[in-house]
Amino acid sequence: MTENTKTPLVEIENVEMRFGGGGGFLSSPQPVVKALNDVSLTIEKGDAFCLVGESGCGKSTLARTVIGLNPPSAGQIKYNGNRIDNLNSRDRQPFTKKMQMIFQNPYASLNPRMTVYQTLEEPLKIHYPAMSRAEIRSKVEEVMLSVGNDPTWGERYPHEFSGGQRQRISIARALMLDPEFIVADEPISALDVSIQAQVLNVMMDAQKERNLTYLFITHDLSVVEHFGSRVAVMYLGRVCELSHTNDLFKTPRHPYTQALLSAIPKIDGSGVNPVKMSGEVPTAMDLPSGCVFHTRCPHAKERCSREIPALQDNGDTKTACFAVEEGRV
Amino acid sequence: MALLDVKDLEVEFPLGRKTLKALHGISFSLNKGERIGIVGESGAGKSVAAFSILNLLSKPGRISAGEVIFENQDISKLNRDQMRHIRGNRISMIFQDPMMTLNPVLTIGTQMTECLKAHRAISKEEARQISISKLRDVMIPSPENRMDSYPHELSGGMRQRVVIAIALLTDPSIIVADEPTTALDVTIQAEIMALMLELCANNNVGLILITHDLAVVSQVTERIIVMYAGRIVEEGQTQDVITNPKHPYTRGLIKALPQENSPGARLNQIRGSMPALDAIPAGCSFNPRCDFADEQCHKDIPQLTGPKTHTAACIHIDRIPAFQSTGGLT
Repeated sequence: MTENTKTPLVEIENVEMRFGGGGGFLSSPQPVVKALNDVSLTIEKGDAFCLVGESGCGKSTLARTVIGLNPPSAGQIKYNGNRIDNLNSRDRQPFTKKMQMIFQNPYASLNPRMTVYQTLEEPLKIHYPAMSRAEIRSKVEEVMLSVGNDPTWGERYPHEFSGGQRQRISIARALMLDPEFIVADEPISALDVSIQAQVLNVMMDAQKERNLTYLFITHDLSVVEHFGSRVAVMYLGRVCELSHTNDLFKTPRHPYTQALLSAIPKIDGSGVNPVKMSGEVPTAMDLPSGCVFHTRCPHAKERCSREIPALQDNGDTKTACFAVEEGRV
Repeated sequence: MALLDVKDLEVEFPLGRKTLKALHGISFSLNKGERIGIVGESGAGKSVAAFSILNLLSKPGRISAGEVIFENQDISKLNRDQMRHIRGNRISMIFQDPMMTLNPVLTIGTQMTECLKAHRAISKEEARQISISKLRDVMIPSPENRMDSYPHELSGGMRQRVVIAIALLTDPSIIVADEPTTALDVTIQAEIMALMLELCANNNVGLILITHDLAVVSQVTERIIVMYAGRIVEEGQTQDVITNPKHPYTRGLIKALPQENSPGARLNQIRGSMPALDAIPAGCSFNPRCDFADEQCHKDIPQLTGPKTHTAACIHIDRIPAFQSTGGLT
């Protein structure tokens, strides 16, 4: 990786996220869920940065933390070099304009009582109160057309549309303010295969035309391979491998990444032959000591259960694994 | 003689003055120990097909025509009590969400022994022993202890293993699995699929796997049925259908997969979306989305044609250029 002297668009520094806790005086103490543990990432301008991992690994929590829906318990988030995680909502406004989010389920993320036009004009009314109605109308139409929606849809309600159309409306809403950075949390997993391709195309077109940066959360590795420029693989709230997409798919280094890649079903009829992992994913309420993956790792040694591996440079990629450091994988 | 023979099955849902047709006469058969996959997108009718085989259609849905011949009798005409001896006994089911399938207030052991005792005249202790051995078959660690667990104490993957164990309890000859791994993570999905493949092969159990995931189907099944808007549009040996799809819809589905496209390029997409049941176009129901559609496609409903091992329902099947894979398959 070449050193970039420019400020990255988004910097996530040692972010921790804890849920729960509390109780104790009259009520019994509540368990603490350690959803994110010491996560550091940088997202460069123009990246399509993908976060992958299984349910419960903290990828959605990280996305929500970055966009400001949950403030982190510790650590910092910087946008264009400015710290944003500790701002109040008024100071945050200039940044929220630049950062938008697309959610997984387009049936839940659009207000059923608002017409498509009302949904799309709302961000403009909030952020540009001086904008005239004609300006708003032309902006809405422009964005609708750019994601392949018919502008006459404006007068209709979300329930009149199919899943793919609704997701394109959600994308249009995210694009209304001409953002620089879009967080997309599993935007295509609720959709059918042929529709997934349509929505991914819209997202890729928008990236090209508008010079967008994406943080794309998914569990579908074949989408990552197609769409992503860089990937972070997460497991139980930690990043275990960080790499360029090509490298990751060519030579996965971390044992968890290897297991994950071997589990992707392939259409070429090569059969089911996943790397065997022992046991189950532990819970984030009771993290294993040392490396969080050691309870399931085929390469785990005694050291893995004592020390926490740091994310270290390893050629072009970064891995957090003692077995990789010691050359055992 | 096939084990299960579905003939011209039609299913409709009367709704007020309208009647919506969910299945427009589908026919297929399953031989003993054979594994077939039914693929299609939401609304294609694949789950309705599975439910109607088991006589599980929820009201007001009903089978309006056709037959489901299982072991030489038409089970679509059986009454509730007769059907109970077949469903869950000779034909088992696995559904998508194991948390919904299992009863949350009963232990795994109770649910398993209850199922066995409903279908067999055996003692509690025998039922317990059989249940434990089935849990062992699906690789659940320390099955004796798990018998006393409640479903919420198990992870999603473990729950689905329990559901599979229950489906295998009565040594059925067919298992119908409706999206059994869709709610699970990839690594768990791979384990469950490998397990199902092994269990079906070892016990000579027929499998009807319903899924939207072509990759999963290609790994597990011997034959594929592709459905679109309540009709079968293509059927054939898994390898043939995957490597040489004939119907424009199947081709579109395969070409839309990211692994079939070079990284970063626009994906091949099928325009539009599946029609709603009350708005199925005349003629070939795929015609509004098809690149090869012409006037004839708007009039005639195509029938499945071609050699028995690989048929497709498209009028222009001979005119369409040979399929060329764009990636992945090489």
